[in-house]
Amino acid sequence: MLFDYETLKLIWWGLIGALLIGFAITDGMDMGVGTLLPFVGKNDNERRVVINTVGAHWDGNQVWFITAGGALFAAWPMVYAAAFSGFYFAMLLVLFALFLRPVGFDYRSKLDNPQWRSNWDRALFVGSAVPPLVFGIAFGNLFQGVPFELDEFLRARYDGSFFALLNPFALLCGLVSLSMIVMHGGFWLQLRAENPVGERAAYFGQRAAQLCVLLFVLAGVWIAFGIDGYIIGQQPDPNGLPNPLGKTVTTATGAWLNNYSTMPLTLLCPLLGLAGAGLGWLFSHRQRPGLAFTASALSLTGIISTAGVSLFPFVMPSSLHPASSLTLWDATSSEMTLNVMFWAVLIFLPLIIGYTLWCYIRMWRKVSVAEIEQHSHSSY
Amino acid sequence: MIDETLVDLSRWQFAITALYHFIFVPLTLGMTWILVIMESVYVMTGKEVYRDMTKFWGKLFGINFALGVTTGLTMEFEFGTNWSYYSHYVGDVFGAPLAIEGLMAFFLESTFVGMFFLGWERLSKRQHLASTILMALGTNFSALWILIANGWMQNPVGSEFNYQTMRMEMTSFAELVFNPVAQVKFIHTVSAGYVAASMFVLGISAWYILKGRDLAFAHRSFSIAAGFGLASILSVIVLGDESGYEVGDVQRVKLAAIEAEWETEPAPAAFTLIGLPDDEAQETHYAVKVPWVMGIIATRSLSEQVAGIKELEAEHEVRIRNGMIAYKYLQKLRNGEETPENIARFNELKKDLGYGLLLKRYTSEVVDATEEQIQLAVKDSTPPVAPLFFTFRIMVACGFAMLLIFAASFYYNARRQIAEKRWLLRAALWGIPLPWIAIETGWFVAEFGRQPWAISEVLPTFMATSSLSSSDLVISMSGFIIFYTILAVIELWLMFHFARLGPSSLHTGRYHFEQSDPTAELSGSASHS
Repeated sequence: MLFDYETLKLIWWGLIGALLIGFAITDGMDMGVGTLLPFVGKNDNERRVVINTVGAHWDGNQVWFITAGGALFAAWPMVYAAAFSGFYFAMLLVLFALFLRPVGFDYRSKLDNPQWRSNWDRALFVGSAVPPLVFGIAFGNLFQGVPFELDEFLRARYDGSFFALLNPFALLCGLVSLSMIVMHGGFWLQLRAENPVGERAAYFGQRAAQLCVLLFVLAGVWIAFGIDGYIIGQQPDPNGLPNPLGKTVTTATGAWLNNYSTMPLTLLCPLLGLAGAGLGWLFSHRQRPGLAFTASALSLTGIISTAGVSLFPFVMPSSLHPASSLTLWDATSSEMTLNVMFWAVLIFLPLIIGYTLWCYIRMWRKVSVAEIEQHSHSSY
Repeated sequence: MIDETLVDLSRWQFAITALYHFIFVPLTLGMTWILVIMESVYVMTGKEVYRDMTKFWGKLFGINFALGVTTGLTMEFEFGTNWSYYSHYVGDVFGAPLAIEGLMAFFLESTFVGMFFLGWERLSKRQHLASTILMALGTNFSALWILIANGWMQNPVGSEFNYQTMRMEMTSFAELVFNPVAQVKFIHTVSAGYVAASMFVLGISAWYILKGRDLAFAHRSFSIAAGFGLASILSVIVLGDESGYEVGDVQRVKLAAIEAEWETEPAPAAFTLIGLPDDEAQETHYAVKVPWVMGIIATRSLSEQVAGIKELEAEHEVRIRNGMIAYKYLQKLRNGEETPENIARFNELKKDLGYGLLLKRYTSEVVDATEEQIQLAVKDSTPPVAPLFFTFRIMVACGFAMLLIFAASFYYNARRQIAEKRWLLRAALWGIPLPWIAIETGWFVAEFGRQPWAISEVLPTFMATSSLSSSDLVISMSGFIIFYTILAVIELWLMFHFARLGPSSLHTGRYHFEQSDPTAELSGSASHS
């Protein structure tokens, strides 16, 4: 064993975060593209240009999401169990929205009928815009605590409704998430779609970047002055067996920002979120879409790590019974499982990144209306 | 107390979504290899018709694949949404193969499926073929890890219960991976997938031959499907997962139920060909038996016995009583009485804890169960026999029917007489549903036969649910049914549409519907062979 249990738990907090960031950068990109589809493609061929910039990649991208789900199951089974069943209808909403994507991409251009195609375009829009919105809303609810508790046999019981999830702060977080995804998708289209589609996408990407900065700052202010953060009083040994009921937890307004004063370096996360979006806007404006896309990827990284670092060491705080809150120390798998999974990630993740890059490089080009017309029967 | 309606609805929803997902998966498993075969021939010989075959069957594969991906998402969510106590209780072990499936298999499959569909113009011949092979490998690795996870549900090796964390924890990753039940399940399931894809290609090609359309294309497709299908169906039958039924208590129960063997018979046991199993009276009416066959199939020997249901239930009663004591010690330990004696006593009995939990259906305290409640739990410890008995026989009958179709197709195809054997071509066409009937009944035998357990001997299904209400389930299940019905209609419509169009849908100008004079088509496609 290379690491002790405590270190492994910390590494897994990082790995889950990395998988979520990978999901946002790749699948978030094609969700941004799907969200922009009705706005930047004025006719069928233009919409096909939009779709074909991600046509060969959306499926591989989606696996980041599936793997993040699987890794959550393996590394933090308690979180997987409590979050997925607690957010029952929110998860189903995401799921039903995601249903629309594989069939939308694959079936849309198989028939010439305009009604058929415009229906699938709508489906792709819904399937792309709803998941980032709901994920943001879910994070917004994590900051406010989730109404669940654990019984003596660690069975999670949730005591809230779907509509309670849609509170103002959570909706704000949903919009932060959606705007960052649209920014990212917009810069991708600027990079990979010929004008006028690329131009229009750049416009929306830049607006989304501005909105993202604004909303992100607003959410930060709200967290500082309007939201109760959670603080661990007594924490059992992090090297010990995970026991979610073994700690004491208190709450205080603004406590979610405590980590930034105890570990000032973590301030880099929100700064990266803001600077990435700002630079993305600047580069996109100066017709440097490659740099703009890189900057938006960094912005996504910063924003998601900000959420993780603020909550640290909490993963899923409980508003109903704060001591039931799940943290990265007490909601994890056994040492052996964390170890096995660590090696699995260490071996496969570099391979995945390698062959994914190869595929992107092979498929790299500006997609144009001329290309779509020429390959009308083989493109998406 | 247990909410039985919630449990039933959760089981129905899982069964509906899993069976539906399992319509698309087998075709994907097999089609990827058929595409590899076709494209390899193209790369080796340079003959255009093989590229067209790869593209056309790839089109049909893609229509199916999209729904496989869509419905697979549900499976990834559903353990957490609907089986949340299961997720907590066994996530430490069960989650690992699922996550590795994503990392090792699903990424590979999904990344290269994009290259397969859209990379024809941008990759060299060899690069494209390599992509197709990686896609096929990814798909099949995916099945491997899913069946390692499922094999663990059937025969939970490499793990033990930890009272401090209240869950099962992994003790050996190697035992989990090399679980004999998982290994035979993998071979059996992927071979069944190859059969499904072969039947699909065989049947549709037979239809083109019957119609006299695109003959050069159809005969080549037919040949590949006949050869691959014959090998695959033999593998399914010879390496049927019956050989996995001797390990693990629940597998033994399943075997006894499939065979409706109530009493343990002297070895080698007779095989009940058909009959009417009666769960109440615990006997099979009008049984037609074939001596020796079951003993040989199940144990691969003439001397080993196959345990009957009554004997197994007697064993379960002992384990339920032990389980009650285990539960008593678990409560002591959870209440802080962690004395060395209590720990030692609990460890001695904890392998029967799951059997004790079967009593939770009747008394939440377990330790205060009455004699009557114990007897009810004993009854619960084996699944209803009749549904398993019949679905198993339907599966086997379909298997043998397909063996005949593939063997005859292979034989007459090798003798170049296939075009004259119109009865066989019709059988191949109408035989297309057979693999799906066999596969869905096979899933039922494997998973219904595992009842009353979610994890064999460890966690009863009724304890594994989420803390949801029945109305939550009614809403979600309605959503699934509506969504899945719409998707099925669209998928089938597209599938029929493109299968009818045939290779003309590639717009190469070489096939049936693109000929100005359809009679010229025969010589037209022949010139490309």
